[in-house]
This record gives sequence, structure tokens and C-alpha cells, in this order.
Amino acid sequence: MIQIATQGLSRHDLARQDLTSFAVETRDLNIYYGSFRAVKNINLNIELQKVTAIIGPSGCGKSTVLRAFNRMNELVPTARTEGTVRFMSQDIYAPDVDPVEVRRRIGMVFQKPNPFSKSIYENVAWGAGLNGFKEGLGRPTMDEWVEKCLHKAALWDEVKDKLNQSGLSLSGGQQQRLCIARAIAIRPEIILMDEPASALDPIATLKIEELMRGLAKEYTIIVVTHNMQQAARVSDYTAFFTMDNDRAGILVEYGPTNQIFTNPKDPRTESYITGRFG
Amino acid sequence: MSPSSTRETFDRNMKSLLEHVLVLGSMVEQAVEKSVAALKRHDHAAARRVYAGDQKINEKRYAIENECVALIATQQPMARDVRFLAAILEIITELERIGDYAKGIAKINLLLVDEPDDPSISRQLEQMAELSLSMLRRGLDAFVAGDAAAARVIPADDDAVDNMYNRIYQELTQRMIDGTTTVDYANHLMWAAHNLERLADRVSNICERTVYVSTGNLKELDPSDDLTLLE
Repeated sequence: MIQIATQGLSRHDLARQDLTSFAVETRDLNIYYGSFRAVKNINLNIELQKVTAIIGPSGCGKSTVLRAFNRMNELVPTARTEGTVRFMSQDIYAPDVDPVEVRRRIGMVFQKPNPFSKSIYENVAWGAGLNGFKEGLGRPTMDEWVEKCLHKAALWDEVKDKLNQSGLSLSGGQQQRLCIARAIAIRPEIILMDEPASALDPIATLKIEELMRGLAKEYTIIVVTHNMQQAARVSDYTAFFTMDNDRAGILVEYGPTNQIFTNPKDPRTESYITGRFG
Repeated sequence: MSPSSTRETFDRNMKSLLEHVLVLGSMVEQAVEKSVAALKRHDHAAARRVYAGDQKINEKRYAIENECVALIATQQPMARDVRFLAAILEIITELERIGDYAKGIAKINLLLVDEPDDPSISRQLEQMAELSLSMLRRGLDAFVAGDAAAARVIPADDDAVDNMYNRIYQELTQRMIDGTTTVDYANHLMWAAHNLERLADRVSNICERTVYVSTGNLKELDPSDDLTLLE
């Protein structure tokens, strides 16, 4: 099991104690699919309890990098990762680290809402139960925990009277918030989001964006999005990726979102965010 | 803004916007020229035309502002594009204020009745207008060309405009002391000179926006006025 240096400390304590800590750090990260190098030499420090957006054209390796943050690429048989990815200063690819535990602490929300074919209640409670949720002794009951997670996902008011209905009966936007509640229920510290609103209508999209801003008070959020306006609206930091001549994804520019969208330093970033490709 | 295959419509809209800014610049330039010339000739009919024409300047400014807001709302400009539109919103405000200075000079003209020719002050006001308007033309040229280097040097001419203003101020003050002119008359002409001095300050603000569009840095280019008082 991964040993986290911050064990016993809340994230607020950690932030106070060590302002230089990053939620995720990559060093010379290279990811291959077979012989094809999908991303190369990525060096990135993700700030704690902030929303970081990863933007860039299709095929630039955004999602590949995101999946490297919780070892999801290992589920792809041909994928190979080189370099270092640290989560709270710990190398998550070290031999003694359990990828399942990594994925518990670094949750993920996908493009297409994928609730289980179970009740709304069970969607939230199931993962928590599997991950050793214990009631009593000053801890919340499962009912209380489900309610709390649904509140955090800004879904409680819409589902409190139908917790036993199937999660699949909800609208797309509600299903995505249910997936966020499900991710929260296993107490992650980072939530990775891969195009979380691209399948949703504009109102549902704005609800997810507002939710992301709220969640950033407690969690580190890393979101991959094709929607630049969304990145500009929700994120504190933005990383722009593009494809190099060998088609491998590279990190071009990374900085505060306000700077990236008003005064990017690299002409490739400028061309991309102003929508000009010559 | 640069030619592209992906944002041709937006680029066309931005180019059109820039042309409208130049039209507005030309309108205020002519208004200032005419107001100073009319003041020299005691031409009240011309002054009335300048005074009434300010309404068209205001309308032009509002039309450009509306177009800017529409482009921001519909095109989601980023980076240099958003800096360019923000700069235009500022520049048209400066131009509209310069138009107000021309209107102010026209109003002064209308308030001065039965005053004799004053070749000395008229000549100096013309020189002030000439230099200030030259700054304005060069400032707008630099903006259109996106030439930050050119924009940075234009505000230096503001010192010469300030010196001209100070000379007019001193001459009129001396005349009031000597009793060779009325306080009312001297006061009005000082105000006309003050308007031209402020015109040059507005040009410095326009130049700051040109530098901003090119570099992303907002910085005062001519802080000398502020510093002088602190010395």
C-alpha cells in the first residue's frame, strides 16, 4: 500500500506546513503505446487544491498524461511509462505501490457518465463499502455519508426523494454529478476529470463547472478539456500540450490561467487559443 | 491579429473595427483643427458646427463600443485578440474625450464676443494643436501597425506640449497682472490651451494600449507629470 507522507494531516494542515508541496509532480515523463511515444519529457507540478486544466489539440496526449496520474494507462496492454510521477512527494510507480490504492486516492471521472446499474444510493455507497468504510464511533453512518457526498456533488436536492431509483434514470448531467459523488465517496485527494462535460448540454455543463470550483476547496482537480472557454472559466492553472514533429505530445506552456489566456508566452499557445493555425 | 484560414470572419470583423477606430480618430482630429482655426478667426458659425458635431463623435464611439462587446460575447477572443479589443475600448474613450476638448474650445469661442485679434496666443495655440495632433496621428499609426517601439517614444513629445502650455499660461498671467487683458478673456484662453495639453496626455494613454496589445504589459509611458509634483 502506498505510504503517504501526509498521513495523519489534513490537506489544510499540509498546505500550511509546506507551501512548496505539489499534489502531483512529473519528471521526464514519457509514455509509449508499443513503439509509439505518445508523450515525451513532461515536467509538470500540479498545485494542491487548485483546478488545473490540460488543453491542446486532439492527439496531443492530454488524456494519456491524465491517466498516468493514477496509473490507468497500465490497463492498456501496450502502454509503458518512463520517468517519474509523484503524488504528494511519493513515486506512484515505485514497485511496492499498489495501483488500486493509487486509484482510490486519485479518483477519476470520465467523459461519458457511467453510473452503475444500481440505485442512486448504491452508486455512492458501493465504492465506499468496498474501500473499508466503517460506521459508528463518531464516524458518519453510511446513510449520512451518502447524503454528504451527494451534497458535495450538488445533487442531493434533486435526488433525495428517489434514492432507491436507478442511477441510470437520471439525466446526463445528473448522472455525471452522481459519478462525481461516487468518486468523492471513497475519499480521494485528487479528482481527475477527462472531458467531464463534453457530453452535456450547456446548463448541465455550467453546473459541473460550478461544482468543480466548489470541490477545489477540498480536492485537487485536474481536468482535460477541449473546451478552451471551460478551461478559462474553471481553472486556476492551465497546461497547453501540442504534438511535436514526431507526433509525440509535449508540454508547451504551463502557468496561471489568467496569464495563459490573456498573455501566453509561447507563439504556439497563442495560435491555439486564438484559434489560428495559419 | 494575423491572417489565418481558421478565423477569417473574426479577422475581417477585427479589421473593420480598426477602420472604424481610424475614422473616429480622423473625426476628432478634424474637430480639434477646426475648433482652433475657428477660435483664431472668431468664427462662431464654424464653432457651432464643431460643437454640434461632437454628437456624431459620441455616436461613433458608442457604435464601436457595441461592436467590441458583440465580438467579445460572440467570438470569445483570447490572448492578443482580447488585449486588442480591450485596447480599442480604452482608445475610443480617449478619442471621445479629445472630441470633448474640441467641443470645449468651440464653446470658449462662442463665449468670447467682440474680442480683438490676438495673434500671439492664436499662433501658440495653433502650434500646440499641431504638435498634439501630430502625436495623435503617430499614436494611431503605431496602434494600427502594432508598433510598440514607435508607441513608446511618442509620449516624450508631451514635454514640448507642456512647455507650450506653460508659456501661454505665463503670458496670459502677465497680461492679467499688467492689466492689459481681462481675467475672463485670459481664463478662457488658458482653458483652451489646457484642453490641448490634455489632448497630448490622452495620446500617451493610447500609446500605452499599443504597448499592451503587443507585450501584454500595462505600464504608464509618461509618468513625468506625476513625478514632478513629488520632487
